[in-house]
Amino acid sequence: MKSYTDNIKEISKRLLKEDKVDMVIGYRTGSVPLMHQPFFAQNQEEVDEFVWDSNCGLNLANYITDRTERIGILATGCNSRNIAVHIVEGKIKREQLYIIGIPCKGMVDRHKLSAMADGDITSVEDENNGSITITGQNFSKTVDKAEVLQENCSVCVHRNPVIYDELAAEEVTEQKRDDVDPYARVKEIEALSPEEKWAHFDDLLSDCIRCYACRNACPLCYCPLCFVDESNPQWVGKSIDHTDVRTFHFLRAYHCAGRCTDCGACVRSCPVGINVRDFTKKLEKDCLELFDWEAGLNTEQRPPLDTYRPDDPEEFIK
Amino acid sequence: MKVIRIDKNDWAEGIEKIRKTYSLIGPVKEKFYHIFANLGSGQMPDMEFTNSRISPKYIIYPQSEIILKCSMNAEEEDYKIYREPEDKEYKEKAVLGIRPCDADSLPVVMRNFDTDEYKDPYWLRAFETTTLVGLACDAPCPSCFCTSAGSGPYNHKNLDVMLIDNKDHYLAEIITEKGEKLAEAAGWQDKAEGIADEIAKRKSDAESKIESNVHTDNLAKQPLLDLYEATSIWEKAAFACINCGTCTYVCPTCWCFDIQDEVYGREGFRIRNWDSCMYPLFTLHASAHNPRGTKLARLRQRFMHKLKYYVDKYENGIQCTGCGRCVRLCPVNIDIRRICNMMNSYDPETCTCEATVS
Repeated sequence: MKSYTDNIKEISKRLLKEDKVDMVIGYRTGSVPLMHQPFFAQNQEEVDEFVWDSNCGLNLANYITDRTERIGILATGCNSRNIAVHIVEGKIKREQLYIIGIPCKGMVDRHKLSAMADGDITSVEDENNGSITITGQNFSKTVDKAEVLQENCSVCVHRNPVIYDELAAEEVTEQKRDDVDPYARVKEIEALSPEEKWAHFDDLLSDCIRCYACRNACPLCYCPLCFVDESNPQWVGKSIDHTDVRTFHFLRAYHCAGRCTDCGACVRSCPVGINVRDFTKKLEKDCLELFDWEAGLNTEQRPPLDTYRPDDPEEFIK
Repeated sequence: MKVIRIDKNDWAEGIEKIRKTYSLIGPVKEKFYHIFANLGSGQMPDMEFTNSRISPKYIIYPQSEIILKCSMNAEEEDYKIYREPEDKEYKEKAVLGIRPCDADSLPVVMRNFDTDEYKDPYWLRAFETTTLVGLACDAPCPSCFCTSAGSGPYNHKNLDVMLIDNKDHYLAEIITEKGEKLAEAAGWQDKAEGIADEIAKRKSDAESKIESNVHTDNLAKQPLLDLYEATSIWEKAAFACINCGTCTYVCPTCWCFDIQDEVYGREGFRIRNWDSCMYPLFTLHASAHNPRGTKLARLRQRFMHKLKYYVDKYENGIQCTGCGRCVRLCPVNIDIRRICNMMNSYDPETCTCEATVS
């Protein structure tokens, strides 16, 4: 059986050779373990740099916003859903894209792996049998991949791409919401008292340095001018004052409501380990419960907060 | 140089003594990584750490700092007249456990904050009242490259005291007068004799553990505009870059800031905040023109500043001490070692360069 990487290279080379696309967007091996780099290939040699394993955790839909070329792009379940959101929101045209679907087995959490290592990790082997081996100067450890998955991947119910032109591997079995509760953590927070919730979110954001890695890694955050960058008038202060930090995170989360696919790029990119998904996952749950809506499952419907239906829930209006 | 032996059994007692004169800052594990934080009463620094996730530059140069204050009450005499805050204290403080790479970033930053023309009073006062008790580095990370960036795991030239962990005791090199004063306050006076060779060996052992490096020998000679226009260096990196400020905010040598006025109730504050060349707003003109309007232009600015403009302007190496934080934390793996080696090896004739990380 050919590996994902081999298939991706073969498809990409064919697309470029047949002049179906101008570029293919994928990943190349990073210079440090657990960190592959989003990368575009325009010729056969560059395609040879492509790699696919459990360290490709950013969202490639972030890289197609407003592009004009014909693009081949790798897309896992969540990435394909964000591509669909992009198409619905007019950020790219479906006919510009050749989507190479990647049935996804989940990405590993580099913080969890680093915490398990007895020293600095110098190499990572992603075995096909569902285990991960990390090696450092004086240690080598093999762990079950399921234990070190990113939290969003471990509760994912859309591992297979929802739109694609070609698959790079056979579809994988989907998890069901009955077997794995994607909202277990949200429910824990919902059960807190208002004071406890406030304390939880205060603690969650206490380390934020406002580098905006979460925002910039997010394919939904494509505004030409983000509200925090408005300077005339200026809406939000620039310091690390708690009110301003909260304003940024709360408002950004609401802007993502009904559009977020829980790809986890925000959490993965945060340098100080803030679980940004504590905000976005709650909004995802609300959209599912109130509007029976999951983001990016087709390329026609606009998200619920973008539209009005006479039967929209309105119990919150007192 | 004087070297003192500090038995680890006496370490806590010495720390308690210096608390009387200095406020103490040291490595503390919060959540799942280390930061440099104020040490509360009885709290000890965790000297078993590798390094803090974010550089300790904020000890001297806080991310947000009130530099001026005024009244916003129209009935008061100093309505809207900005003055230095009277309650701004510059108490003697000691930073325990700072690594040599981070201490070596201070003279780099000082080149910006202390010039013949301008002296930044906030940075300088904080710097002058700080005593640095460094900790030599015996187990550098695979992404560290200090030895080729003007620093080193046993580099003590910008420390006041350098501690070397020697199992049941520390060897403390007393480097400056400030260091002498602190050692006296701590009651550390047990002179260690005849250990120069041992320290030299420890130093070379530590240096040999640094696995990666940057090549910088050619940077000054490279024609500036050729590097500026070197698409082969910038294009692929700029594609991956998401233009967040992580690299600049975790960096010990990035010094750029923005000044903002804010009002709380009846008081006005002028606040200096870190800023980042990665953000479009950093260079946005009032006219709406942005001279660095593209992602490529902003990414290029960061590396050109650190590895070319700074090199040419100050003739004192690169604006980087090889701590490796940006390498470890960039979410899209833009590796300064790779970019530096590309810039150093760039051949304008063929527009090619070598992309290596060692």
